[in-house]
Amino acid sequence: MLYREAGQFKTNYVADSAIFPLRQDRIGLGLIIIAAYALAFLGNSFLLQAVMIPFLVFSLASIGLNILTGYTGLLSLGTGAFMGVGAYACYKLMTAFPEVNVIVWIFVSGFFSAAIGALFGLPSLRIKGFYLAVATLAAQFFLQWCFIRIPWLVNYNVSGALDAPLRTLFGTPIMGPNATPQTRYLVVLTIVILLTWLASNLVHGRIGRMWIAIRDMDLAAELMGIRPLQTKLLAFAVSSYYCGVAGALLVFLWYGGAEYDVFNINQSFFILFMVIIGGLGSLIGSFFGAALIFILPIVLGIVLPAIMSPFGISVGADVIEHLRFMIVGALIIFFLIVEPHGLARLWQIGKQKLLVWPFPY
Amino acid sequence: MSFRKLGLGLAAATMLAGMALPAFAQDSVYVPLFTYRTGPFAGSGTHIADGMHDYLRMLNERDGGIGGVKLVLEECETGYDTKKGVECYESVKGKNPVIVNPWSTGITLPLIPRASVDKIPILSMAYGLSASARGDIFPWVFNPPATYWDGLSMIVKYIGEKEGGLEKLKGKKIGFLHLDAAFGKEPVPLLQELAKDIGFEVALYPVAAQDMQNQSSQWLSARRDRPDYMIMWGWGSMNGAAVKEAVRSGYPMDKFYSVWWPGEDDARAGGAGAKGFKMLNWHAVGTNFPAIQDIQKHVVDKGLSKASKDKVGELLYNRGVYNSLLIAEGIAQAQKVTGKKVVTGEDVRRGMENIKLDPARLKELGLEGFTDQLVLSCSDHNGHRAAFMQEWDGTKWVKISNPIEPMTDRVKGQLEAAAKDYAEKNAGWPKRTEACDKAS
Repeated sequence: MLYREAGQFKTNYVADSAIFPLRQDRIGLGLIIIAAYALAFLGNSFLLQAVMIPFLVFSLASIGLNILTGYTGLLSLGTGAFMGVGAYACYKLMTAFPEVNVIVWIFVSGFFSAAIGALFGLPSLRIKGFYLAVATLAAQFFLQWCFIRIPWLVNYNVSGALDAPLRTLFGTPIMGPNATPQTRYLVVLTIVILLTWLASNLVHGRIGRMWIAIRDMDLAAELMGIRPLQTKLLAFAVSSYYCGVAGALLVFLWYGGAEYDVFNINQSFFILFMVIIGGLGSLIGSFFGAALIFILPIVLGIVLPAIMSPFGISVGADVIEHLRFMIVGALIIFFLIVEPHGLARLWQIGKQKLLVWPFPY
Repeated sequence: MSFRKLGLGLAAATMLAGMALPAFAQDSVYVPLFTYRTGPFAGSGTHIADGMHDYLRMLNERDGGIGGVKLVLEECETGYDTKKGVECYESVKGKNPVIVNPWSTGITLPLIPRASVDKIPILSMAYGLSASARGDIFPWVFNPPATYWDGLSMIVKYIGEKEGGLEKLKGKKIGFLHLDAAFGKEPVPLLQELAKDIGFEVALYPVAAQDMQNQSSQWLSARRDRPDYMIMWGWGSMNGAAVKEAVRSGYPMDKFYSVWWPGEDDARAGGAGAKGFKMLNWHAVGTNFPAIQDIQKHVVDKGLSKASKDKVGELLYNRGVYNSLLIAEGIAQAQKVTGKKVVTGEDVRRGMENIKLDPARLKELGLEGFTDQLVLSCSDHNGHRAAFMQEWDGTKWVKISNPIEPMTDRVKGQLEAAAKDYAEKNAGWPKRTEACDKAS
């Protein structure tokens, strides 16, 4: 009803090639951003700390992997390790130069991750598909080995763990135990919005088209004058940059301290599932995927006992956990059968149907 | 349409249930139990969870709680996963828990800095950050009854005694099979220091977390190196696999020692050949204690427990009971110190610092001889208690030594360095502001 294209005329090319050509979409996006900021003041600490912050962090990591896997078509299993590089780099930087604001270091730490990512992306010129996945798997194991074995990375800390020191922004603690979930959420949200905006500009511009060309047919792309090596390495670097920043946020603004084990192969798979479920080659899909894989189990954990208790069924925490696994697993299969292109495609179809509603075509 | 109906129904049911959820009674104490009955470590986690739950449940059923105040028990499933553990912490935080026990070093680490801010004490029983034994630096974290450094020094001491004195270890070779993670590597510096001073040789056999069940290469090297003794620092499926491999490669089992984490199932994995395998422990196994018999009577026989009857009294079950004994004692002491019935996290922190489990108190609790005495204080959050050696006789654990005191002087050095290091690395680590109780 309200979602209509009618009456919105484009009078120039810029308006026609806008990312959100519809006025309603732009308003909707604005409302979502306002709501996200409002949530900082309305939500309780569980919602912010245990749901929203990790959701945003995983969304950012999914965007990173989506750039590589979804847009450039290079399968990677090293996401967890690249996140780790960002986290360890951020730790080293902020303990070595405590006088510089930590926000700067969060952004800079991504560059270390990007460099490592580009290095492990080198074989991508020669190997493709599953074989590349195996090469990135090597990165995962090698980097994880480094995290355990190089005590310099954790400043020779006996426990081998990273921990978030107290850091402030405008005099308010944003990191460390004294930072409230509210301030941490605001920081994470702002960083994620900024980087998403940047990613959106990247993938819709010349660079994004190069990536997509490489993905669709790299031989044809090469003949058109796109250099495969540089393009693929750029995809690895940008993707790892996002993962690195997400890793730094994960450890320092969510956990507040972590072991190397956080960046294991499971983390890589976790992010990969988000990308696949959300939709390959879609930014909004990264958010959908993160929501389905991360938030749904939490919601189920709260809703399931509430559904069962009125019927007099009291179940233990372990049964709930098993049920969560089964339901989420079944839903993943369901979504993949109904829409193999991910939730983003469902979203697109939904919008398309709304546009022509009440007519079916 | 049917989907929509279902959705509406679900939503309605949720709302109803949300309203129907009983508000926490004012005269109760909320004790969340972080457990892992699922995931790769569920094999050991389930028994620990049963033990923890059943002891506290027994107090509820038999005595109506602690000091007349009922305990509200709630399990939160972590699956030994840091993500879920932190989620559990956030979900219980709002319900005023008096203490949390993360049961995973990975979950403990992120919680340590939060404890002092949220005023919730952490009990990480013989795991977590060893440096947190220092109460003056970590007032909110407790890790009794011994650190891993204590454990290693006890094993070396025991081996030395068998040889006829520590100096007799000179020229021997000690193998150290450990999980290649912070937990397994922690004792290495101490072991190397001892090796240098006493003059024995150390061979390290790290096992990566992903290869826990496949230790053939480590045991192949062990066959080549022929260490006189083997010390194991393992967790989860690594223990069972190690015992199995040791048996297969023909390593003399009576020379094979472990820290306190293997359970019966791990030793059983080795079959008859595992006889002679030894490990440190600090509490008894079996059900021959009034309190554990009360658990059987009031909880297990009434079907209130998830444990099967034959598992009650096994090693890891009793480990869970010990954990809950500390929780219960912390609450009881908190009630005594503050004079309040319904205690808070801050009170229980004080209570933990006043724990004095001497033989008389243990007898009173129906656990005479269950464990050695444990005294915690304002500055000492660990106790550095002695543990004893026990041997697997093919069907059960048999205690074979008196309590072995740790080499306190050696451990102290490691501890001071680690605690100083932690506080230094975390510039701005808060100074302890919590007052010490006179009694401690």
